[in-house]
Amino acid sequence: MIPAAFDYKVAESAEHAVQLLTEYGDESKLLAGGHSLIPMMKFRLATPTVLIDVGRLSDMRYIRRDGGQISIGAMTRHEQLENSDVLAEACPLLKHVASLVGDPSVRHRGTLGGTMAHADAASDLPAAVLALGGTIVATGPNGTREIAASEFFSGYFESVLAPDEMITEIKVPADTGGWSYQKFNRRAQDWAIVGVAVADGGSGISLVNMGSTPLRASATESALRGGAAAVDAALMAAEGTSPPEDHNADAEYRTHLAQALTARALAEAGAS
Amino acid sequence: MEVSMTVNGSARSADVEPRTLLVHHLREELELTGTNVGCDTSSCGACTVHIDGRSVKSCTMLAVQAEGAAITTIEGLADTARANGSSTGEMDWHPMQEAFQQCHALQCGYCTPGMVMAATSLLGEKPNPTETEVREGLEGNLCRCTGYHNIVKAVLSTTGGAS
Repeated sequence: MIPAAFDYKVAESAEHAVQLLTEYGDESKLLAGGHSLIPMMKFRLATPTVLIDVGRLSDMRYIRRDGGQISIGAMTRHEQLENSDVLAEACPLLKHVASLVGDPSVRHRGTLGGTMAHADAASDLPAAVLALGGTIVATGPNGTREIAASEFFSGYFESVLAPDEMITEIKVPADTGGWSYQKFNRRAQDWAIVGVAVADGGSGISLVNMGSTPLRASATESALRGGAAAVDAALMAAEGTSPPEDHNADAEYRTHLAQALTARALAEAGAS
Repeated sequence: MEVSMTVNGSARSADVEPRTLLVHHLREELELTGTNVGCDTSSCGACTVHIDGRSVKSCTMLAVQAEGAAITTIEGLADTARANGSSTGEMDWHPMQEAFQQCHALQCGYCTPGMVMAATSLLGEKPNPTETEVREGLEGNLCRCTGYHNIVKAVLSTTGGAS
């Protein structure tokens, strides 16, 4: 399968990418690792007329700790997250989740900025950033703004990113305590049928593939804050969600998975 | 547009359409047909090559994205073995190719080039993997013949490990 024809431009910096986005408008798309976008283009589900390659911006591949915060460049590849000593010490949740994305060859190409922008509710890393209470830094023609992960995702494969904005950095808090990621699937290298990420000993809980976006398990979080036992709070994990139905699972089964995986995740994260 | 890359140690330049996938560039323009197209959806790994030493599925990369990159395909792996003297077999194969032959790690052979490229990339990152790490490391490569056991044996035999 071959994508529809497009013009190919190479961005020399984030600012240059934004200039090109402004010039070519919403028929253009940014290309990072390409492991979500190129398959969609091969299936002709996406037919951008201009591709702006930001994947060569190697100065945007970094993982830095500054006090209580970790800053990750948008072009940082999943394998860099997976092998990061900074994350091993300060944010093992993100390191572990990165190691479960796709397969090693996919992780050699895929980027954190790319997966956030792709905004797939079934992806692992967006949910992890959401559970951590992370922030997305975006650059546009009017400068840079910071968007809370909880405000970032707006629908199926949609975010609040403007057509002329580019994600440049993702920030997550360091040293947030007990964590777990429970990914349930039935085949190697598959997306999660349901996944649950727990950060900060249970203060941040997010759900993969339980709706049109990654979701916080708000009812469970607030029950835990009110003193409920973890096993009881886990039963509320699917409250307020509209789980998708597909060949893998119906909504009832996904609801069960969300509850069971949340209970496991909370136990592993040390919530009682 | 013009794209230049190093393929199996040789500088190669060509004029390609931007939408040309790397695997098609390798097979059709450079006539390196050892790299196969299997699923064409980045699931099966038959198209695995090395970009700057790391395994990549060449059906999910544009040729223009490989501008300036060093690419190794299954054809170049044997040359690498000859160049560094690590080959011991009569046919000057890479030790991983010899191990696949010795362990009967293939039947129809369609997945084999990608499997060998993924396995050598894995050992580049983890020189002494456990059996579990080999199985997880080859998660992105599908074989419909062998049931994987002999493939895992072959990979472990090159590290002195056994399954």
